[in-house]
Amino acid sequence: MGTRIGKEVSIGIAEAAMMADVDVVSAYPITPQTHVVEHLSELVADGHLDAEFVPVESEHTAMSTCCGSVAAGARTFTATSSQGLALMHEILFIASGMRLPIVMAVANRSLSAPISIWNDHGDVMAERDTGWLQVFVENGQDAYDHILWAFRVAEDHGVLLPIMVNFDGFIVSHVVESLEEWSPEEVRRFLPPYDPPYRLDVDNPWTFGPVGIPDIYLETRKAHDEALLGAKATMVKAWSELADVVGRQYYPVEQYKADDADIVFLSMGGISETCMTAVDELREAGKKVGLVRLRLWRPFPFDEVKAALGGRKVIIAIDRALSTGGPGGPVASEVKAALYGLETRPQVIEFIAGLGGRDVTVGDFKQMYEKGAAVAAGGPVPGYELLGVRA
Amino acid sequence: MFEIRFHGRGGQGAVTSAEMLAHAAIEEGNYGQAFPSFGPERRGAPVMAFARVSDAPIRNRSAVYNPNGVLVLDPSLLKLVDVAHGLAEGGTIVVATHRSAEDIRAEFKLEGRLGVVDGLSIAMSTIRRPITNTCMLGAFLKATLVDEKPLVDLQALEHALKKRFGRIAAPNIAAFRKAFDETVVLEEN
Amino acid sequence: MAPLPGWKDLPPGCPIQEPLSARNNLTGSWRSARPIWDHDKCVRCGVCDLFCPEACIKPDHEGLYQANLDYCKGCGICAQECVTQCISMKQEEE
Ligand code: SF4
Ligand code: SF4
Repeated sequence: MGTRIGKEVSIGIAEAAMMADVDVVSAYPITPQTHVVEHLSELVADGHLDAEFVPVESEHTAMSTCCGSVAAGARTFTATSSQGLALMHEILFIASGMRLPIVMAVANRSLSAPISIWNDHGDVMAERDTGWLQVFVENGQDAYDHILWAFRVAEDHGVLLPIMVNFDGFIVSHVVESLEEWSPEEVRRFLPPYDPPYRLDVDNPWTFGPVGIPDIYLETRKAHDEALLGAKATMVKAWSELADVVGRQYYPVEQYKADDADIVFLSMGGISETCMTAVDELREAGKKVGLVRLRLWRPFPFDEVKAALGGRKVIIAIDRALSTGGPGGPVASEVKAALYGLETRPQVIEFIAGLGGRDVTVGDFKQMYEKGAAVAAGGPVPGYELLGVRA
Repeated sequence: MFEIRFHGRGGQGAVTSAEMLAHAAIEEGNYGQAFPSFGPERRGAPVMAFARVSDAPIRNRSAVYNPNGVLVLDPSLLKLVDVAHGLAEGGTIVVATHRSAEDIRAEFKLEGRLGVVDGLSIAMSTIRRPITNTCMLGAFLKATLVDEKPLVDLQALEHALKKRFGRIAAPNIAAFRKAFDETVVLEEN
Repeated sequence: MAPLPGWKDLPPGCPIQEPLSARNNLTGSWRSARPIWDHDKCVRCGVCDLFCPEACIKPDHEGLYQANLDYCKGCGICAQECVTQCISMKQEEE
């Protein structure tokens, strides 16, 4: 194990991409992703990273460039946020449909209008069904580890899918905190070089991205779906390999003080840490409460969610995005779908928290707990609530 | 856990000083966290930054609402911002000012332990720019001494300054030391 | 015709692994009219060749422009674009 050093999380992410020895970075700067790609361009310009940094005029082009470079056999990284991710939308499907293992760090930020540069999960939830693998990290160490892990997973010949590593804008991206870096030797042990089964090659010309007529399109979608579902096994394997190398063990769904908890919070991303502090304080006050955190978002870990949440009295599901005019929050709907088949189902109460950067505090979690406790005591199950909204 | 709030104006280095504290804590083997009040950077506008220092992993990503320590990098902010808002019991406020601690306490009704230092003069005599952030780190560590022990190791903090400021580290370290020595502390009423 | 592949048979991302496999598709079978050249009027500018969506027009060994009828689908674009109007479309049935 290395020593902990202080680092801004965005800088850590850029350096993890450098440790992965990426060949191509193509990106367009956008708050709050900026520090990641600024630092990568410096690393390339200063000769620390032997890579092609391709500056572009838009995120649409950034993602298109990434598709071309990874198809040509180059290890490829990009990062974006919010409107930038939205501008990539069209090409995201092309990257995943063509099974191009791009690693993209997404500094999660809300979508306009009104203009907001602050954190929530609105941007990535709009890209939920693009066929990319999607994970969420909670802190700088998670973020650093998961950039290296993402290359290991995406480029695996049994996977070959692009992957988004989601980290909360500002509340994770802009925080200076401690993390352990990997040594070059640890990276070598964990991450083999990118060796695609086939690539764009003038000496062996193939056609990439052809038409899929009705006779074949359906089969390509089935293959894509199965590839996503099947990727979970490789992800779990790569997490245990990561534990072997650096001693930190990650899972698709993780728990905190939840063993005997009747009431559990369910959250995803950086606010999970604040929730842990709330759980600590509630436990000190004698409450049987715990936290279940989703790390893996696509493929959705149905079995692990069922195992972690089945048998509880009340789930307090916390979303960082709102499905307007729909069922509330995307995480809560997925969780309810996972629990639907259980004989006895826990009650699920839903909060949409921290939209557009509204701070979510330890006190907020305690308030949510009180509402969960009221339901556990037999009270009516309320509909979803936008936490802290003014009347 | 010790929670700190910094009040400055855009461009005065509030975020940098928060980061220096976090780096020093981490270098010592403790845990540190620093972040700005998130938003567009606007030179001159009142801004905040936050830091947490702890001997255990820090699991809180919300802003600091009940600081144990408050640093005010610019005395003109006292008229604009309620710098003492939410100050924790036994908390400390340090202000860059040439006025006396008694004066400041009387005019702005500041509770808690109060440290003052003429940050501007020290900055002008050392780094030759009206930037008080490194001075105020010295003032803060002086005013928050517990049994002569600073919140973070002074050497670790100087090392953080050295790494951050490179060839202009020496005047910043001088400012930090001078402010540490010259800070006057007025105990809680 | 060979049976269509099942989803497990598809290579990831479905690249087409046989170069120039489009040649296997004889678009000449789509044709209901064919282009006929009046070679006396042809100035050999090559415009018809450029516009042909099947790229099937080439000069023969005497330098006379002809469509390869394995691929000419009878769209008539060559006749429309010819600068001297020396191409006419003749119904296959006539
Ligand atoms: S009819 Fe169409 S396909 Fe045939 S030669 Fe003319 S342009 Fe080409
Ligand atoms: S466009 Fe007309 S004139 Fe020109 S080469 Fe073709 S047939 Fe001849």
